[in-house]
Amino acid sequence: MAVINHFIVPGIIGGIFLYGICRGVNTFDAFLAGAREGLSTVVSIVPALICLLTAVAMFKASGALDVLSWVLSPLAGAMGLPREVLPLALLRPISGSGAMVLFNDILATYGPDSFIGRVASVMEGSTETTFYTIAVYYGAIGVKQTKHTLPSALSADLAGIIMSAVAVRLFLGM
Amino acid sequence: MMSFIIGGMILLSIITGAVGGNMAAVSTAAMNGCGQAVELVISLTGTICLWSGVMGIAEKSGLTDALSRAFRPLNRILFRGLSPDSPAIKAVSMNMAANLLGLGNAATPLGLAAMKELEKVNPVPGTASQAMVTFVVLNTASLQILPTTTSYLRLAAGSKEPMEILPAVWLASAVSICVGVLMTRLLRGRGQR
Repeated sequence: MAVINHFIVPGIIGGIFLYGICRGVNTFDAFLAGAREGLSTVVSIVPALICLLTAVAMFKASGALDVLSWVLSPLAGAMGLPREVLPLALLRPISGSGAMVLFNDILATYGPDSFIGRVASVMEGSTETTFYTIAVYYGAIGVKQTKHTLPSALSADLAGIIMSAVAVRLFLGM
Repeated sequence: MMSFIIGGMILLSIITGAVGGNMAAVSTAAMNGCGQAVELVISLTGTICLWSGVMGIAEKSGLTDALSRAFRPLNRILFRGLSPDSPAIKAVSMNMAANLLGLGNAATPLGLAAMKELEKVNPVPGTASQAMVTFVVLNTASLQILPTTTSYLRLAAGSKEPMEILPAVWLASAVSICVGVLMTRLLRGRGQR
């Protein structure tokens, strides 16, 4: 499994270069043209990232996550979630790296094969960093009116979070 | 919408920081957070340019056309408003392929390229089109077939069966994606006016 993973990235890069050469494309020029466009993309996402990551850093440092988890813990029970995974569910859409640290803590504290560990694993594996994606994707093209993107994305996140406990019960028992 | 969320997060941080006596940490975090964002961008620059370059080759050699043909049945449902041969749909297909393979580093630059193409065909520039909303929601949900990082962390934590979560992850992702796409359709009417 792990060995195959190491082949994916070099394989795809190598494969695309080879295919390009076989089709008579000037691969070096085509690469430079693409990369130059990528460079302008990078510059366009900087303001959105600075705004978002500053807010995320403040949020993490303030202890607001603990307060929110405490306030929402009755809701967790109603959704069939163990309350121990609630901080992960709240942090996952905001901060990918923060969620990974929290996920590791849960695995270390409760064990990866416990019910809590499994629910946390499914949650971590089936969700993405929603706010980062929205901020960067729209920030890159300067779209300010995101309309129903955020409510739709958060509904998807909520469904994924509730389903992670349901799916673990379904496939792996308690 | 994002303004409210970010403003709310900052306000909540200040209130809990002040009440809990964590104000020094919040202050330091505010000053460091903006620096971290730039550090992140610098580390992202390499991968974004690499994958954008590879994408450039794939485009010139006709590989993206083949890929978008493979995704056509799916795209016909998800992106009804887009012509099946448009550059936008090709970029969208590339991003989805990268997501399915779990190439997060490649998915972001390909996704940003797709957003640029979607903005070119946007009837109201500056306001998200239905195709953009659907596309961004797909990217905020997880399309990854093999959650390799999660499995690796489970293995490192001493799990006997790091991959046992796979069926549960697929089910949770599938439900999450369906709910997300459904919501983009349900909320569309209200958002359109």
